[in-house]
Order: sequence, then structure tokens, then C-alpha cells
Amino acid sequence: MTPDVPTSAGLATYNFAYLDEQTKRMIRRAILKAIAIPGYQVPFASREMPMPYGWGTGGVQVTAAILGPKDVLKVIDQGADDTTNAVSIRAFFQKVANVAVTTKTREATIIQTRHRIPEEKLTAGQTLVYQVPIPEPLRFLEPRETETRKMHALEEYGLMHVKLYEDIAKNGHIATTYAYPVKVEGRYVMDPSPTPKFDNPKMHRSEALQLFGAGREKRIYAVPPYTEVVSLDFEDHPFEIQTFDKPCALCGAENVYLDEVVLDDKGGRMFVCSDTDHCEERCANGHRGHLAYNKEAAE
Amino acid sequence: MTDAPLLKVRDISKFYGARIGCKNVSFDLWPGEVLAVVGESGSGKTTLLNCLATRLMPSSGAVEYRMRDGEMRELSRMSEAERRFLMRTDWGFVHQNPADGLRMAVSAGANVGERLMAVGERHYGNIRETAGNWLGRVEISVDRIDDQPRAFSGGMRQRLQIARNLVTSPRLIFMDEPTGGLDVSVQARLLDLLRGLVQDLGLSAIIVTHDLAVARLLSHRMMVMKDGVVIEQGLTDRVLDDPREAYTQLLVSSILQV
Amino acid sequence: MPTPLVVSEVAKSFTMHLRDGIRLPVMSNVAFSVKAGECVVLGGPSGIGKSSLLKMVYGNYAVDSGQILIEHGGRLLDLATADPRTILSVRRATLGYVSQFLRTVPRVAAVDVVAEPLLGRGTAAAEAREIAEAMLARLNLPRELWQLPPATFSGGEQQRVNIARGFITDHRILLLDEPTASLDAKNRAVVVSMIEEKKAAGVALLGIFHDEDVREKVADRIVDVSAFSPRKAAA
Repeated sequence: MTPDVPTSAGLATYNFAYLDEQTKRMIRRAILKAIAIPGYQVPFASREMPMPYGWGTGGVQVTAAILGPKDVLKVIDQGADDTTNAVSIRAFFQKVANVAVTTKTREATIIQTRHRIPEEKLTAGQTLVYQVPIPEPLRFLEPRETETRKMHALEEYGLMHVKLYEDIAKNGHIATTYAYPVKVEGRYVMDPSPTPKFDNPKMHRSEALQLFGAGREKRIYAVPPYTEVVSLDFEDHPFEIQTFDKPCALCGAENVYLDEVVLDDKGGRMFVCSDTDHCEERCANGHRGHLAYNKEAAE
Repeated sequence: MTDAPLLKVRDISKFYGARIGCKNVSFDLWPGEVLAVVGESGSGKTTLLNCLATRLMPSSGAVEYRMRDGEMRELSRMSEAERRFLMRTDWGFVHQNPADGLRMAVSAGANVGERLMAVGERHYGNIRETAGNWLGRVEISVDRIDDQPRAFSGGMRQRLQIARNLVTSPRLIFMDEPTGGLDVSVQARLLDLLRGLVQDLGLSAIIVTHDLAVARLLSHRMMVMKDGVVIEQGLTDRVLDDPREAYTQLLVSSILQV
Repeated sequence: MPTPLVVSEVAKSFTMHLRDGIRLPVMSNVAFSVKAGECVVLGGPSGIGKSSLLKMVYGNYAVDSGQILIEHGGRLLDLATADPRTILSVRRATLGYVSQFLRTVPRVAAVDVVAEPLLGRGTAAAEAREIAEAMLARLNLPRELWQLPPATFSGGEQQRVNIARGFITDHRILLLDEPTASLDAKNRAVVVSMIEEKKAAGVALLGIFHDEDVREKVADRIVDVSAFSPRKAAA
């Protein structure tokens, strides 16, 4: 270690936001290209990160490359701010970038997400960073990367509908419920990462910038603000989002994506908002679901 | 039949280093015409077929194709996107091994429907109905529509491959030993089916085969290749009944009589 | 009306490459013609090349030199030098052929074998089948065979399918290679009357008939093929 490197509280060997500046520039270039060609997968020199593949190394690198000292960061995992993955990544950036963090969707400038889009409508100036395991939507039908790249280049997307056809043939309806393929700005077919298809309509003409990072696969892609994002379907089997019979058991919210929570080993269960911030805020504003903890009754 | 050829082949050669794949092959193919290319293995017939079907880049020569709008286009001057589009709409390619031409892990219906979806068909019911009709035409029971070709016999797979190719009403089909590796009875059924389809649909076809009986049954015209060169060509029954070249005479006299 | 078929100065030889390339001259200086409504019979001892000559006229054997002029689609063309596509179109529209043997196609019913030439000329399928059935009925082919592929038929039955197929069209020229060879008297008579009808319709017929009785009934003229044979010159 060279003695004249400036040191600051416990972070002596880290650059701001962990990655060195050259790497950040490389990633930013990839991001700019991705924004310029919506839905197109841009290769980038993905780095080793201090976490295993599958834990969001792609998303973390994108976040690290765009994070500034004044940003406010929110990290969610399946909609929740308080699960291991979300807590760890949030703590990581607090430590290596010393940025402000929040669980409030509205307050965040950058939201890194694994598998959900917040219920609250994102606004101009916000950036949503997705963690992507497999960026290539055509892979399951055509394993050759040389061929899928060519198919993207030549806009040969018949195969994508073959997958949906197989779904209907087997199940009577399109059974794909997550990672549901979309066409971006009428050109590239894109995997929206394993978000539930419930969230697909939120991507369409979103005011926020959406960035996608796949660390293991070394790909970055993007959907710029106000971009058309259309879910693929058939005329006689149109795209539909999931619906839920009951509202959230805690906050009574309807038309949100719900998680199933098992309550006991006797078959007891409840359905609650997968977006914890959304749920908490509604509860704080006095909304109550049928299983909500009732303070007055308890007293 | 119109008076313009569908395919014009001029001096096609393909060299693999110093070795000759095929050399200076020229011919015209008219709409509705079936051309058989015969010769023993290694004679260059498959190389020629691949050069014509743009699966191989010829070393020299030109292949022109008359598009649906009547314009003659040289294949090597087309963009890759145009060539691939041609391949999956106006052309078909039937491989000797059906696994090379089918998606083995996708249902029979989707195998047939893929080309329709590729050209923009977006109505599941219509796609399925068309696929079902085509399965019927190639004598595969419609109740197998959701089965994968993995579960099919060799003859069924080959018929499925043919249906998959014909669903977009192509005008030109390339076939590489379409009956190779099939039992004789299965072969006969396939040949009869092919013959009927070619006739009903007015297809043009180029069939590579080493089986002279297949050539006689299916083709109007025949080219005999040896060492990469076309040594004799003409009306199929003329070449088979009155062969002129030594090699052709040898081929014809080598047919087993049953 | 021009003569439908004129053959002149035709020569033919076979080169047997498998037997050290020996050249077998088969025919030279072939010259004859067939007028509309005329039945010309090729005569001469067996092995002299009558069938070969018929095959040359049909384009099945190539000729070394000479002309085979055919009136096709209102113009004369030389079949000896025509390209394969032209020969096919001549066969489809103008030049019919009844061979000795039926080359059967697997799985195709007899009635469809017979109807096929009509379909090739654009007749509707139902109509073509109807005409085919009438032909088979006239040739006394048992009705229960009509829907079966002819591969398993007897020689006489196959021959009748073959004749029906050859006579079903209105080709202007018809080549007949022993069409009555394996028929009984009753069916021979049917074929004779069918030939008479073709003649009355102005069709030019060129045939080989070993059966003297039939030959005498149908032949307007006999062309002696041994006159063209090099073997005669050697004798």
C-alpha cells in the first residue's frame, strides 16, 4: 500500500462506489449505447463483484456506475426493502459510496430492484436498475448465441411467438407469468427480467429511466423514458396481467401485486402487498385490511 | 408455366482449398419443374445444393432468382436479411435428417406454425387450424398436433419437416436425400406424397439423391454429377433409358432390379 | 393442315462404355411421315429396332442426327434438338404414348393413373375421373379394381389401364407400342375400335402391332424398319 493515498474513515482502499473510474466509464459507455438503442443488449466487461453471481452483480455494477454523492438509493428484492439481498446491497453502497438511502419509492433517485417494479408510479428523474439473470429472451428456444444475435439483428422474432403458442397449446392460455417478453419501441424483443407480467404495463411509456444489468452474462440494456414497451401476444389470446380475488390483507389495497404468506401449518395463509413500502405507507394513512393488527382492539 | 425461369444458375463453382466441391455448374429451373441431381457420395451434389440455397457461399458464379414481383435478383447481392426472409417464405429446405430441419423440443403444431408466426401471423386459432390442415395433408393424424417430433417415427418426422416447409406456399424447395435412411415402404409413401404435393402446388424443386428410382419418380429433368462436374443432363427418362456417358451407364446398370 | 409427324435423315447409335466403348449403330437414314387420321405401323422382324424408333420419336432416346418434326401448338418444331422443357410440353399437349408396360406409381389408384394426363391439361378433377371411369368400363376392367393401385394387377389388366391412360386425351399424335399384346380377343376389338375413332378424329397414329389380325384392321400403311437398319445393309 502506498502511504500517500488519502484515507477516510475505514474506506482507505475503495474508490467511490467501489468500482474504479475506468470501469465506471466503460459501463457508462455501455449504458449510453443501451439508451440509444432501446431494448438492445450491449456487451460490457462485467467485473468480479464482492458477491456471488445471481445476487445482482449486474445491477450493482450499473448502480455503481451511475451513482453520485447526492443520490438517494432504494433497493428492493421482490418488492421488499427488508430482505437479505436488499439489505446487503443497500448497506454495501452506504459503505462504499456513503450515499443516502431510503425505503420510500418517492424519495429515491435510484432504485435497484430484483424482480419487481414499485407500485407507486415512477417519475421523471428517477432511475430503475434491474438485476437480470438471463438477458436473452430467445435462449430457451434457440441456444446458439450467434444465431439469437442474428435474429435480433434481422428482427426475426417468429420464435418468440412459438414459445407463446406452446404455452397455449399446453395450458389453454399463455402460462408465462414472469419474464414475459416485450417488444421495445417496435424493434427489439426484450426480457424484462423475472418481474411478474403484472408489472409489464408499468414499463410502457414510463417517465423513469430503466436500466438492466446482467453481470454473469455481461450485458446491459435499457428502456429510456417514454418508450413504448408492448407485451407480445396473439389476437385471440391477448396479453393479460394477473388479478387477485382479494385485496391486501394488511392495507386493503386492490390492483396491486400480492405475495402469498403462509401463516401456520394448518393451511392458514394471507395475501399481502409484495411492495412493502407501498403497504406500510397505506397502513400509516389509516388503510386497513381484514388481517391488519388492530391497535385499538388490542388495548 | 410462364416463360421466365425461376432460377438461373451460371458457372457455380465451389472450391475447398485446392479441392473441388463443384465446378462450373449452369442451368435454368422453370416454375413447376423438378430437377434431380444424382451422383454417388462425394460427387459434389450436396455442395451444389447448398450453394444454390445460400447455405454455402460459392467461390464463383452467380445464382439469380425470380422474386414474386417478377424481378430477377442475384442471391449474392441480396442482404442477409432478404436471403433469410426468402429462405423462410418463398423457399423450403428439406434435410436428409429431419432433426436438422425441425425443432425437436417443440410441438408438431408449433413446428408447422413457426413460419406463419415468422411472417406476422398473430392469431393462435388460425395458426393452429392451418397447422392441423397441413398435418392432414402429410398424413399425420391431427391428434398428434401437440406431440413433439421426438415422439415421431423417422417417416413421420420427414413428413412433418415437409409440412413445416410448405406452410408458407413456397415456390422453390431444395431437398437433400429426402428419402435417405427410411424403410422402403415408408419411402414409397413419402415419394407418393411428395409427387402429389409438387403436382398440386406447382412447386419447383431441386432434389439431390443417389437413388435413381427416386429421381425417375419425382423429377422431370436430371443432372448427373461426377467429381464436382455435371457430366450429363437432360430429360429424366432420356438420361435413364439412353445414358450417354460412361459413368451414367455404370450408374444405371448398377440399379438393383426387383 | 401440315403433316403432324415427319421424320427424316434420323440416325441413332449406342455407345457401350461398359463394353470397351463399342459403338452399335442402330438406325440410319430413317425417313417417314404420318398424316392426320392415318395409322402407320412399323414393320419388320423382332429385334430390328421398332421399339427404339418409337422411343426416339417420343424423345425417350436421343438421336445422333436428323429431324423429328412435330406440329405443336400451331408451329413446327424439331424434337431431335428440343430442350427437355419443350419435349415435356409436347408430350403434355401433342404427343401421346402407350407403352408395353405400365410404370406404376406406388399407392395411386388405377382410375387416378388414367385421369392424370387430363389433370395435367387442366381438366377439373371430378370430370377427369368420370372420363377415366368410362374408359376403364369400356375396356372391361372390373369395377372393383378401379380404386386399387395397379402394381398388383395382371399383365392384361395393367395393359388396359395403360391404354386407357394413353387414349384418354385428345393428343394429335399417338405412339402405340404393342397395345394389344396381352389382351384377349374381346378387348383387342375394343382397342381396334378406339384406334378407329382416333383416326376418324384426325389423330396421327404410329404403332407396333405383332398381332396380324389387329395390324390388318388398323394399318393404313406399313413402314419397314429393316430398311433403316444397318444390319440389313450388312446382310
